[in-house]
Amino acid sequence: MSLNIIVLAKQVPDTRNVGKDAMKEDGTINRAVLPAIFNPEDLNALEQALKLKEMYPGTKVTLLTMGPARAAEIIREGMYRGADGGIVLSDRAFAGSDTLATSYALSAAVRKIGEYDLIIGGRQAIDGDTAQVGPQIAEKLGLPQVTYAEEIQEIIDGKVVIKRRIESGVETVKAPLPLVVTVNGSADACRPRNARNLQKFKYACVPSEAAGDAKKEEMLAKRPYLQIGEWSAQAVEADLSQCGLSGSPTKVKQIENVVFTAKDARRVENNDEEIETLIKELIANHTIG
Amino acid sequence: MANFYTDNEALKHYLSHPMMEKIVALKERDFADADKFDYAPQDYADAQDSYDKVLEVVGEICGDIIAENAEEVDHTGPRVENSRVIYADGTARNLDACRKAGLMGMAMPRRLGGLNFPITPYIMAADIVSRADAGFENLWGLQDCAETIYEFADEEQKQKYIPRVCAGETMSMDLTEPDAGSDLQSVMLKATQKEDGSWVLNGVKRFITNGDADIHLVLARSEEGTKDGRGLSMFIYDKRNGGVNVRRIENKMGIKGSPTCELTYKDAPAELVGSRRMGLIKYVMALMNGARLGIAAQSVGLSEAAYREALGYAKERTQFGKAIIEFPAVSEILSVMKAKLDASRALLYACSRFVDIYKAYDDIAKERKLELDEKKEAKEYSRLADAFTPLAKGMTSEFCNQNAYDSIQIHGGSGFMKDYACERIYRDARITSIYEGTTQLQVVAAIRHVTTGTYLNWIKAELARECKPEDQDVKGILELMSQQFADAVEAVTGVGDTKYVDFMARRLVEMAGYTVMGLLLLDDTTRNDAFRRSLRVFVKLGQAEVAKHADFIANFRPDQIGDYLYEA
Repeated sequence: MSLNIIVLAKQVPDTRNVGKDAMKEDGTINRAVLPAIFNPEDLNALEQALKLKEMYPGTKVTLLTMGPARAAEIIREGMYRGADGGIVLSDRAFAGSDTLATSYALSAAVRKIGEYDLIIGGRQAIDGDTAQVGPQIAEKLGLPQVTYAEEIQEIIDGKVVIKRRIESGVETVKAPLPLVVTVNGSADACRPRNARNLQKFKYACVPSEAAGDAKKEEMLAKRPYLQIGEWSAQAVEADLSQCGLSGSPTKVKQIENVVFTAKDARRVENNDEEIETLIKELIANHTIG
Repeated sequence: MANFYTDNEALKHYLSHPMMEKIVALKERDFADADKFDYAPQDYADAQDSYDKVLEVVGEICGDIIAENAEEVDHTGPRVENSRVIYADGTARNLDACRKAGLMGMAMPRRLGGLNFPITPYIMAADIVSRADAGFENLWGLQDCAETIYEFADEEQKQKYIPRVCAGETMSMDLTEPDAGSDLQSVMLKATQKEDGSWVLNGVKRFITNGDADIHLVLARSEEGTKDGRGLSMFIYDKRNGGVNVRRIENKMGIKGSPTCELTYKDAPAELVGSRRMGLIKYVMALMNGARLGIAAQSVGLSEAAYREALGYAKERTQFGKAIIEFPAVSEILSVMKAKLDASRALLYACSRFVDIYKAYDDIAKERKLELDEKKEAKEYSRLADAFTPLAKGMTSEFCNQNAYDSIQIHGGSGFMKDYACERIYRDARITSIYEGTTQLQVVAAIRHVTTGTYLNWIKAELARECKPEDQDVKGILELMSQQFADAVEAVTGVGDTKYVDFMARRLVEMAGYTVMGLLLLDDTTRNDAFRRSLRVFVKLGQAEVAKHADFIANFRPDQIGDYLYEA
């Protein structure tokens, strides 16, 4: 059995080691000083895909990311580790996307890829920390989803056996293919870049990166495996009203610098009464509303 | 998030040494693989970029995984169960990372699954790995043995074993026995040829690093009734066939993650490598030269670790109201450590470049006849490699021990506790001047080149080169040192007694060592100002050391040797 796996990945500013100039005066991220990296939990997701590729020979792992052309760097990073190739979904029309618009665009790209058994992504990205995009894609594609996955163990009779990390421990679930899985940071770290793949794919790029560079263009023509897909909104037949700012109901009202002062966590039980009390409280103190 | 390659500017400096262009062109046969393998370089710049990128991966694995595991590996170490070695968990994780990163068989040709890296970037990886965990370097670095298979085994054996090494199987070189250590001519492990022509091995080996490896190179006595080195042959033992068991592993002072095994061979099937009787005199000698360069790399990596631990501590630790690094007594130690480290690395890569050139020619000679000037060049570099390998192994391993000692000294009482890495580095360093030939044996190998002028000729050629005006004074001292060295050689050989030469050999080799290393740093400084400080400190040290030996030799009467002799 071989699988077609799509790994969702995001290039993010490295927010793990922020200095004092990490934010601009208006409170937005200063991308110029933060190195762009492969979102850590997406690397955990990639590792799960690569393990399946080892278990089921013939399996194809395709990375999918949305971002500017330079996001091709994380596709290359994935290829160095064993992914077969990837696609950068790139269009001005996607600028300013919130999670809803992002999941819309990505699901359109997934539909265009067409053949897939598993869509695996990290639980969340370190720049937004929403953990919404994976689940939203599952909803849009009408697929079942397993979140907080720690290990995709095997596939038996078309069903995927997955160990997932839950608050009180771990549970093992079975879900039918095709399936969306989001992977927790507690899963195995991604394997290192492979020296041979590194040398083989270091010139891989999207067409717009090669444009105007005769040597690169010639290389791409001669070695088709170096071509990373670059798809526009039109290419994935996206409805522009659902893309970018116009497709994003999330509006930033204001940004403020918050210094955490609370030391204790409060536990809210999973019942309507407690949740309602919490919502009222949050509205009252203007955290939401 | 540490990267042991990118945080060390010296490595890039040596990777871009002017001689590398020639080395890469030879190794890549003018880039003949470019269209045959999708991961082969197109030209020199492309090759350099690949080495740089791969070394960055090595640096990342070393910084994030291997160095992080080093303490745990040192504490738990490997164990033996049912005659098999089980690595410490951290060691297994390290190996897994190296395999997945494709860092095994780095120097092997692509057609056999390797990366076709020249020795220099491969040794650079060994330098980086050793800084992270010198014990792990032993396991990873034993991929060197594939080189011996590549050089001397037949094509079928190459096809059978080398791709397995490149895929991550480990190796060992089974030489030492209870009664055959430095004196390998005494090896007794018995190789018997059966009627069908195949061989079996019987006997015991001791102190075998990674003795439960997948593929072993074994030195055994194939010629019954012989007693010396001419009765020994080299064999490959494949663990898949069974017949070799691990009786025990040694409880060592350092490099604890690396299992040192006692092995019993019981009718273990083995394949002969190359010709009978050439085992010791040709193949082991080649194997040992490669291994000695590896130990020099291990020594440099350890020196680097020792220096960094000391530097970090000296900046952090305050006494009498200021960081101890501000006290001259402390900063002098650090300056000298850094100078020894930089000089060691200069010698290591000078040596690796010589090895690169002559090995590339040796390999080309298997494909076609070398031109006359190529032959001449190959011979010249082979000679230089032969001279610089024992010098590098001897000097760098002694310096790494001194640096490990000083690293603890900088830490004071804390360094004597198990809480700081300097304590492990000190124990790990101790073996470097012992195995693969003690420093005393390196002196034996190097003294020939003292008396025949290999070092002196090289020194003269170096002194004839231009340096920057601001380094003229240092160069003047180096000229003086070389003169004192030449005078000492003449004085010692002039006595006409080989015993006297043997007695003075260590002093003469050290004089050569300080002069050569000083000149190499001068060359580095000419290309890169960052080396100037180490150059100046090292030459000051070298000047004093050379003068000390010159003084000893000048004031010694040959008949005084008697005071230093013992009878058993």
